[in-house]
Amino acid sequence: MKKPGLGAVFTILLLLSSGFAQSGNVLRFCLRSEPKTFNPLLVEEDSSDTIRYLTGGVLIRVNRDTQKLEPGLATSWKVSKDGRTITFTLRHKLKFSDDTLFSAADVAYTIQQMMDPSLHSPVGDSFRSGDGKTETKILSSEKVAITFPAPIAGLDRLFDQVAIMSAKSPRKEMAVLGPYYIAENKAGSYLVLRRNPNYWKHDASDRPLPYVDTVRLDIQQNRDLELLRFLRGEIDFVNSIDAEYFDKVTTEKPALAHDAGPSLDSEHMWFNQVPSSPIPDYKKAWFRSTSFRRAVSEAINREDLARVAFRGHARPAVGIFSPANQFWFNNKLQPHPFDQKSALSRLQQDGFKMQSGVLRDRAGHEVEFSIITNAGNKYRERMATMIQQDLAGIGMKVNVVTLDFPSLIERITRNFNYEACLLGLVNTDLDPASIMNVWLSSAENHQWNPNQKTPATPWEAEIDRLMKAQASTLNDHKRKQYFDRVQEIAWEQEPFIYLVTKNGLSAVSASIQNARPVVLRPQVFWNIDQLVAEKR
Amino acid sequence: MNWPRTLAVGFLLTLALMCGLAAFIAPSGYAHQFRDIPSAPPSHQHWLGTDDLGRDRLSRLLYGTRVSLLLAPGAALLSSLLAAIIGATAGFLGGWIQRVVMAATDLFLSLPWLFLLITVRALMPLNVSPVFSVVITFAMLGCLGWAAAARVVCADARALSNSDFILLARASGASGFRLLRRHLLPNLMPLIFAQFWISIPVFILAEANLGILGLGVAEPLPSWGSLLRELESYSSISSSPWQFAPLLLLIAVVSCFHLVITDRELPA
Repeated sequence: MKKPGLGAVFTILLLLSSGFAQSGNVLRFCLRSEPKTFNPLLVEEDSSDTIRYLTGGVLIRVNRDTQKLEPGLATSWKVSKDGRTITFTLRHKLKFSDDTLFSAADVAYTIQQMMDPSLHSPVGDSFRSGDGKTETKILSSEKVAITFPAPIAGLDRLFDQVAIMSAKSPRKEMAVLGPYYIAENKAGSYLVLRRNPNYWKHDASDRPLPYVDTVRLDIQQNRDLELLRFLRGEIDFVNSIDAEYFDKVTTEKPALAHDAGPSLDSEHMWFNQVPSSPIPDYKKAWFRSTSFRRAVSEAINREDLARVAFRGHARPAVGIFSPANQFWFNNKLQPHPFDQKSALSRLQQDGFKMQSGVLRDRAGHEVEFSIITNAGNKYRERMATMIQQDLAGIGMKVNVVTLDFPSLIERITRNFNYEACLLGLVNTDLDPASIMNVWLSSAENHQWNPNQKTPATPWEAEIDRLMKAQASTLNDHKRKQYFDRVQEIAWEQEPFIYLVTKNGLSAVSASIQNARPVVLRPQVFWNIDQLVAEKR
Repeated sequence: MNWPRTLAVGFLLTLALMCGLAAFIAPSGYAHQFRDIPSAPPSHQHWLGTDDLGRDRLSRLLYGTRVSLLLAPGAALLSSLLAAIIGATAGFLGGWIQRVVMAATDLFLSLPWLFLLITVRALMPLNVSPVFSVVITFAMLGCLGWAAAARVVCADARALSNSDFILLARASGASGFRLLRRHLLPNLMPLIFAQFWISIPVFILAEANLGILGLGVAEPLPSWGSLLRELESYSSISSSPWQFAPLLLLIAVVSCFHLVITDRELPA
């Protein structure tokens, strides 16, 4: 009898593995809270955003790895020269998960819903460029043009957040065009998503995607338990973990820990420069002084903050955007160096004097201020304590105060009764248009001195001008020139003293294939339709 | 001889002595950050290792114990005094005064004290030194911890006011103040004393709880609360059992206080 050859064995193994990849496999991970909505236009928090990403079909997708745009439900698109109109050419003969046909009418319906002021859609807010109505024109069943009242910078990127809803389906938002649909929802406990049989994407060998049949999402608020479950093999990945948990995974199962490098999230501190704040005038004068802020910045050892407070899973921060933002980051800028001599020299030029180890201003006031941060965040508490010791090196006395979050927000947004604050910024969008609400002097989130009627300083006026210019220009390279200058001014003036940029950390089970964690959300499952999970 | 009590007193005295001499016996300052060796395991230089900022754990434990052991009795004294004044007066006077005071006490007891502490802490001035912050924290605990004890004192004072020897004293013409000072308070002292001893471990634990919430003693001053925060996370403790030292010390101290209290309560 003829024995089977190596080729035959290999073929059988290949067939087995392809079957293995495609049948009965389940991907499990945790949501930190219950999704507040399944309506993709009303998404505000992380859990709902996860559901939208897994179930929603979008016209254009931002590739989380390359950070470039890729066709989704639209095969092509074109933005008009005036930046107000975008025309999409849609894929043929697509169906929602409930078998209703997809057409340009669904796009028009979604846009109409999104821009309806009575819905208060957070997604729609990004598109509200000016007074007037958004018009949608169905050019054919596969072509649709959307015209906004005013030009929108980075218009095409914004469609990554717009999951198309069916105009006709009785199942409304439960009829989806994404890789999965919601099959079961046990409130407060778990969600089960099943593979959408009508999903449009196929792999290189024309096999329908996604590979994984079922995604089970357990609601798990406790991060300790989430990590324990991961280490016990009960869930397949932890999308974003902090430095301590990462070290724990590295110690126990080093192959499962993934550090994707600097993320978009940064930690920073700022001084209160609000003219009406109830703090002494001499302190307001310190905080308004660029030399004072630069001196504080130079006296902080950022390398130590990253190494000690974040156990090496962070980098000294540079400025508004981190190097993770490949296109918009200004490569000419470097983190401020740790140099206490230079810091003292700046302070002396500003009239400060060191007397018996205590720094005093021109009028003889001892330099003492408090830094507030939110209680319970151990990384921020560690950083504040380290900054306290660093600044003692230049004779400054710092009092660290941890407050519960509502009290902290009350102080930094309403009564402005604080001196310095240490918090973090979570950037989810790569485009500078998304941070207009922070950098315009009239903005509510212009935290060091919000809601200014006219810019308080010449450099804030310059930032206002540049931010408005970049927002009204459609040429990306021109926009980058404007925004590079904004980053330089922010680096020179340091209204925000950027401290560290956290690394994107995650843990992925060895049973998951094709996982390539990145720094953009959703870090691990951004390529959900490509992931392969072992059959359980 | 009551040897467990003797042992407990001996332990507490030794600990108090060690903490009193912390400046001389601690290997380094409680705030000094050895940033090259954060989260280090025990070594010759650092017997209990270093914390996540590289601070010597043993030094922080000694100074932290000093803070908690000094101020918890202070807070207990404050709350016991308040309880004695309010409870004894209400119990002695009786009638509508007692009813009003006890209703106010019940209202005070029903307050969510943790949220009250958080609110009071949030309203405090920001620029206070760590030493001042720890004094304020314990003073707040003392001011908020009198109500339960006042109820007990009031009940006892009421019972004593109706007793034969008080009636006899009253019949012999003793004034209200004299009755309170010479007859009632001396008989309430064992109870007030027991309340004082009971409060000490309660306040130590309350400060530890506040510390775990990040609302206790300000950095860099250590207290048991801030030291126990290291045990918050499963990931950090499972590989570093020496982090349990403050917890073990807290259990030992609270147990010793209870041994001392039990012994003092029995004769009363």
